[in-house]
Amino acid sequence: MQMTAVASATGPMVACIGSISPWRCLREEDARTLEAICDRIIPADQDPGAAWAGAVTFIDRQLLGPYRRFRKTYQWGLAGTNTTSLATFGKAFLALTLEQRDKVLQTMDKGQARGECWKQVSAKSFFDLVVSHTMQGFYGDPRHGGNRDRASWKMLRLPYPPVRGRVVVNG
Amino acid sequence: MSLPRVNAVIIGAGAGGGIVAKELSQAGLSVVLLERGKWYTAYDCRKDDLRNQRTSVLGCAFGPDDDHYRRVVVNPDGQEQVVLPSDGAYNNNAACVGGGTFSYGAMAWRFLEKDFRLRSTYGAVAGSTLDDWPLTYQDLEPYYTKAEWEIGVSGDDTNNIFKGPRSRPLPMPPLPPSREHVILKAAAERLKLHPFDIPMLRNTVPYNGRGGCMRCRWCVGFACEVDAKCGTHNTVIPRALATGNCTLRTECVARKIVTNDQGRVSGVEYFDERGHLQEQPADFVVVSASATETPRLLLNSKNRLFPTGLGNRNDWVGRNLMGHAYSGAYGLMDTDTYDDLGPGASIAVCDYSHGNPGLVGGAMLCNEFIRLPIHLASVSPPGVPRWGAAHKEFMRNFYNRCMAVQGPVQEMPVFEARVQVDPRVVDDWGIPVVRLSGSRHPQDIEVGKYISGKAAAWLKEAGATVTWPKLPGKGLSGGQHQAGTCRMGNDPKTSVVDRYCQVHDVANLFVVDASVHVTNGGFNPVLTLMAIAYMASQHMVETWKGTEMRG
Repeated sequence: MQMTAVASATGPMVACIGSISPWRCLREEDARTLEAICDRIIPADQDPGAAWAGAVTFIDRQLLGPYRRFRKTYQWGLAGTNTTSLATFGKAFLALTLEQRDKVLQTMDKGQARGECWKQVSAKSFFDLVVSHTMQGFYGDPRHGGNRDRASWKMLRLPYPPVRGRVVVNG
Repeated sequence: MSLPRVNAVIIGAGAGGGIVAKELSQAGLSVVLLERGKWYTAYDCRKDDLRNQRTSVLGCAFGPDDDHYRRVVVNPDGQEQVVLPSDGAYNNNAACVGGGTFSYGAMAWRFLEKDFRLRSTYGAVAGSTLDDWPLTYQDLEPYYTKAEWEIGVSGDDTNNIFKGPRSRPLPMPPLPPSREHVILKAAAERLKLHPFDIPMLRNTVPYNGRGGCMRCRWCVGFACEVDAKCGTHNTVIPRALATGNCTLRTECVARKIVTNDQGRVSGVEYFDERGHLQEQPADFVVVSASATETPRLLLNSKNRLFPTGLGNRNDWVGRNLMGHAYSGAYGLMDTDTYDDLGPGASIAVCDYSHGNPGLVGGAMLCNEFIRLPIHLASVSPPGVPRWGAAHKEFMRNFYNRCMAVQGPVQEMPVFEARVQVDPRVVDDWGIPVVRLSGSRHPQDIEVGKYISGKAAAWLKEAGATVTWPKLPGKGLSGGQHQAGTCRMGNDPKTSVVDRYCQVHDVANLFVVDASVHVTNGGFNPVLTLMAIAYMASQHMVETWKGTEMRG
């Protein structure tokens, strides 16, 4: 009864509650798929990638705040990504090799992934959204849940913490 | 129930309104200054690179906020879209005490002499309402000087041979050069250009009771943590309040300007910080709400005597919305040029502001404010994919070796680039919202390409191994440099206010913000707007007869 009350209060955003998930807003499967996408957008090499740096933590947190208007887009887009993966390689996105994942994402990026599953949000606009949110989660301020341990700022050799109180510094 | 009458109500405590408030209250007039945002201070400085006024993906730190405000944007194909302040298409300017000056980059440009008479210099431009200003550089010069000394400007433009004569030097010296500055200066000199230190509304040494810039990485879009940036919030507004004649009311949202049976303005209706409707009677009203919000208020104030809105008998309110068609180039260097010394932008040339073959106007060119990692993440040179291992490699290799030179291309005013009020959509107070439509003049794009080529040449001379252009789009322009929507002019048929910002057909109503700009210069417009505010204020004080405006 209580669950019903909460679900109706939040409207159709059932992904934010009602299923057991370590995430605030994403379903666990969706979060894992999203993490795999983010990690192709910024893969780990000698420096950490987007997954380790918490890009999904960033996105999940914002879906409860400023990005709540994108909740549906993520639900539709992640479902669409899996449908396209199944149609292309016969497997869900998480079961693909890294090369196959890149293929699927490139198809989406070029706007070539079509079909019923991309009716509500186009593959291209979903992928654009994930790219920009991943960049924000990796290169943005750690206070929002991403850029764990300032991984990207270390990679870019940016001094931290910012020097406070300095007046004149010679170049 | 209405409040006690005052001499003047000013709507908007930004660059224009703050100055008018100080000038009027020092002259002994009673003033109420209404501001829809809050009064933030240096303590509200949060160096948050995703939530500020430059990058607002997670919201505008200094307003307006996504929860209460919205606008309607009509795309060139006629499609309508409701947008939030954090969307670029909203064309936001900050809503807080100080307005844009609280968090701006703070470039303090005087327009050039030719910028006030583009029509005489270049002739008519098809598809544009291009005109001369009803005043000249010489008319504004004393007020430019006053703004530079009262608000506080640092820099050194002695090497700018294109500038108009100045009666007084700048009050503060420029900052010591950054590594990028040194490289670009030498390159500009080799190209026989005339580089100089950008005038900035920023303390470089202690001035006006505040300290100097500490050269952090977070400048444009952020509040200044050490209060070295000079805006109206830390200069003229405190001085206005100190007179005892000025009351500042924050979080107050103006709904309409009220008129009497004689067709004069009699006060302002606004919602106070608790959402209660108030009416503030006044002898005269000054609207300083920005080039998008000012026309909205004038249009929303329509009544029986003014059926199309105040000042709008000839349908010029909300027309000619302009900003700047930013154009330039990026360049990759083979050694580190980044030295983490803010604010970044420091060196400029005005060699391409005018006299460009076959083109009208041009732009000042300068280096960019510090690009935080999130900014570079969305720009990559041709051939570098925007995601994946190669993009990450680009970021790692070039974050410290990337320079950008760009400039605000002077735009040709377009009659159909406009602010209206939407017939259906309202904000959280039930007030009809801004409806934006139209697009840039094609000439702006042509000038943009030319300016971009000059920026690339400067970067190549500075040692860039790869350059690529940054070009303006065709879409409507406004944003933080929004201007033009209540043009000043001598002919009431083709303008909204006169040279003193007085609305032609309502003698006790003034518009004092960048709405009055006839053209917007190839420069950041704030110092010009400040000079106009000083000039208009002086006129108000001089024509004030104790009860009403003369004429």
